[in-house]
Amino acid sequence: MDSAQLLGITTFTYLFSSLLYVFLLVFNTQRLARVATGFTAVALAVQTIGLILRWVESYQMGIGRAPLTNMYESLVFFAWSIVALYLYIEWKFATRAIGPFAVPLAFFAMAYASFAGSIDKSISPLVPALQSNWLVAHVVTCFIGYAAFAIAAALGLMYLFKTRDQANTASRTTLLPPLPILDDLIHKTMIFGFIWLSVGIITGAIWANSAWGTYWSWDPKETWSLITWFFYAITLHARYTRGWNGDRLAVLALCGFASVLFTYLGVNLLLSGLHSYGAS
Amino acid sequence: MFIITLLRPWAVARRHSRPTIANPFPPFAFMKLLQQMWTFFASVQLAIFSLCCIALTSIIGTVVPQGETHAEYLARFGEKTATFFHILDIPRMYSSWWFYALLTMLAINLVVCSIDRFPTAWRLIRANSLDISPARLAAMSSVRHFVIKAPVAATINWQQFLRPFGRAQEASNAHGSLFLVERGRYSRLGVYLVHLSILVIFVGAGIGQLFGFKGSVMLPEQNETDRVFATADSAPIPLGFTVRCQSFTIDYYDSGMVKEYRSRLTILEEGREVLSRDIVVNSPLQYKGITFYQSSYKPHPEFIVDIAPAGSAAKLFTLPFQEERVWEERGLRFGVINAEGSGQRAVRAKLWFKVGDGEPVTRWLADNETVTMTSEGKDYAIRIKQLYSTGLQVARDPGVWIVYGGCLLLVFGLYVAFFLSHRRIWLSLGKEENGCVAIILAGVTNKNKLAFAKTFEQLAEDIERRTGTAG
Repeated sequence: MDSAQLLGITTFTYLFSSLLYVFLLVFNTQRLARVATGFTAVALAVQTIGLILRWVESYQMGIGRAPLTNMYESLVFFAWSIVALYLYIEWKFATRAIGPFAVPLAFFAMAYASFAGSIDKSISPLVPALQSNWLVAHVVTCFIGYAAFAIAAALGLMYLFKTRDQANTASRTTLLPPLPILDDLIHKTMIFGFIWLSVGIITGAIWANSAWGTYWSWDPKETWSLITWFFYAITLHARYTRGWNGDRLAVLALCGFASVLFTYLGVNLLLSGLHSYGAS
Repeated sequence: MFIITLLRPWAVARRHSRPTIANPFPPFAFMKLLQQMWTFFASVQLAIFSLCCIALTSIIGTVVPQGETHAEYLARFGEKTATFFHILDIPRMYSSWWFYALLTMLAINLVVCSIDRFPTAWRLIRANSLDISPARLAAMSSVRHFVIKAPVAATINWQQFLRPFGRAQEASNAHGSLFLVERGRYSRLGVYLVHLSILVIFVGAGIGQLFGFKGSVMLPEQNETDRVFATADSAPIPLGFTVRCQSFTIDYYDSGMVKEYRSRLTILEEGREVLSRDIVVNSPLQYKGITFYQSSYKPHPEFIVDIAPAGSAAKLFTLPFQEERVWEERGLRFGVINAEGSGQRAVRAKLWFKVGDGEPVTRWLADNETVTMTSEGKDYAIRIKQLYSTGLQVARDPGVWIVYGGCLLLVFGLYVAFFLSHRRIWLSLGKEENGCVAIILAGVTNKNKLAFAKTFEQLAEDIERRTGTAG
């Protein structure tokens, strides 16, 4: 077994757990819930082993670096963070039902990483700019933030889904957490993501200062991460002082995630700048 | 508090002026204007507005390439757009007057709104929550009433009962006795720490702008400089000492990818060497507050030839491609007559070498490889290396630690503001009446209300279980 095989398997196990969760939702059955969660946990374990193995393999190749350095690896880590965070939320808040919205995001990330033609999956050595201890801190903090925003968006979608569905007599959403709890969860994951994004931006700034001699150079990636940060800052202020919650917060969670996706993928694909390592 | 009141003279004026009649005195009209401005700058609407403006305008600079020459904008966008860009400073938008104005507006907003709200927060922090009547407790959002038998109430150690939630303060008043568990009162400061941290970052950035510099220099190997050139306008900036590039090398992986850029730098003070160190990307050299970063390089069509006759010291020569050099004392003539490489990088060079009147010899040498050549019975260790310039980014930023301090404060402030809350739980024991005691359990929190409600419910259930009375 090598890391490529394990990560390949992960793509399909995440697909399968997504289907299980959707099945739960569609057939409104709680019985399979434990199975879905168990399966997702196993998939996460397989992916964790895959990531560790990829790290080990890089040492065997004489390169020796954390598996967090290009588009492929970042997508894999993104998927990992989403599922890890999702399982944590499920355990902490005892709400199994948010899986059908969150786990597919991990599957999409893995599928994009595995099947997009432009993505190089090989373990390549690090260019000089990336040879820094800040790499792991910066990438990990940013992606925990991104994963939290992804889950906030999934919860937002679920919120909108549930409000639209509540009038329906044959409601499929009785399994979903009540609206106030969902609203609170969106707010909490947003805050969590906001703090990690802040730390991600700060570690990035410190790293930039030790590599380029300036902690902030308004490069498109930096600027977009700041725009995303502002977006969530505005959202949190709007909720705190203007009482923007419910539908509005759900929509903002989705818009915020669009900004995250642009910061993560759009900047690499559409704009040019210093952060070009992640592009292929 | 006194200082803050001084900063708000109209707060005093407000008390003195009568709201019903329009005030005819100009000083009060002025006060009113000030007061309106204060309200404007203290508003959350302005905060949201300036954050939106900064976020939206920031997008421009990620789409329009920054810092290029007017000619490039002309070629890419046409004359009208380029002129428009020029007028609005779009090519350097992040340092344009209007972008600074937006940042200033945000800063003023942060200062004013914090000063405006802080006194209220401080009052809530300092408030004596034990000084409260049962009627106010009964009006709280989380409240439960119990009436239990006096002997049962007497068996319960309420202090210990509340222990899982924190140490309870105790007070007796006219109504009976009151227990209070209060936690995280200072968490109300979190939001002010966050606002302060952003101002600290602004101050640090400002200090860097005013008292620091950003520059660069292209320094050929074996050359030295005592000045660098500003990034913004290429103006020379004296360093106050001399920096010399001893060597610059590029290391490659087997795949041909660059593994490392390395410059050996020496600092000289009045011609005396004080420090010598290698720098690579991510590992700069700092001397007297000025930092040298490895940022780029430039290959030249020239070579450094290093010749060490057996048993004596080496000598370095820098010579252009296909030009003959003479080392008179040793009677040597040599030159690089051919070279192979990719792009501007020479991979190997062909040396032509002649000692005295001997036969000239030629030999291919890999870049930076040392070989021994023998001529006229004498050995010479020779190394040929393509001449490079190292591109150094040079910066002095006395504000950077203030910025880092601000960042630390930001993260700490966010943690306090979001994860800690000011929670109070009161338990009021009424005086015995008809053999019964009335108990009021009340609670309030400023954040995370759902989790608090759960805690509160649990506490209420505990009381029911302990006393066998439904609340």
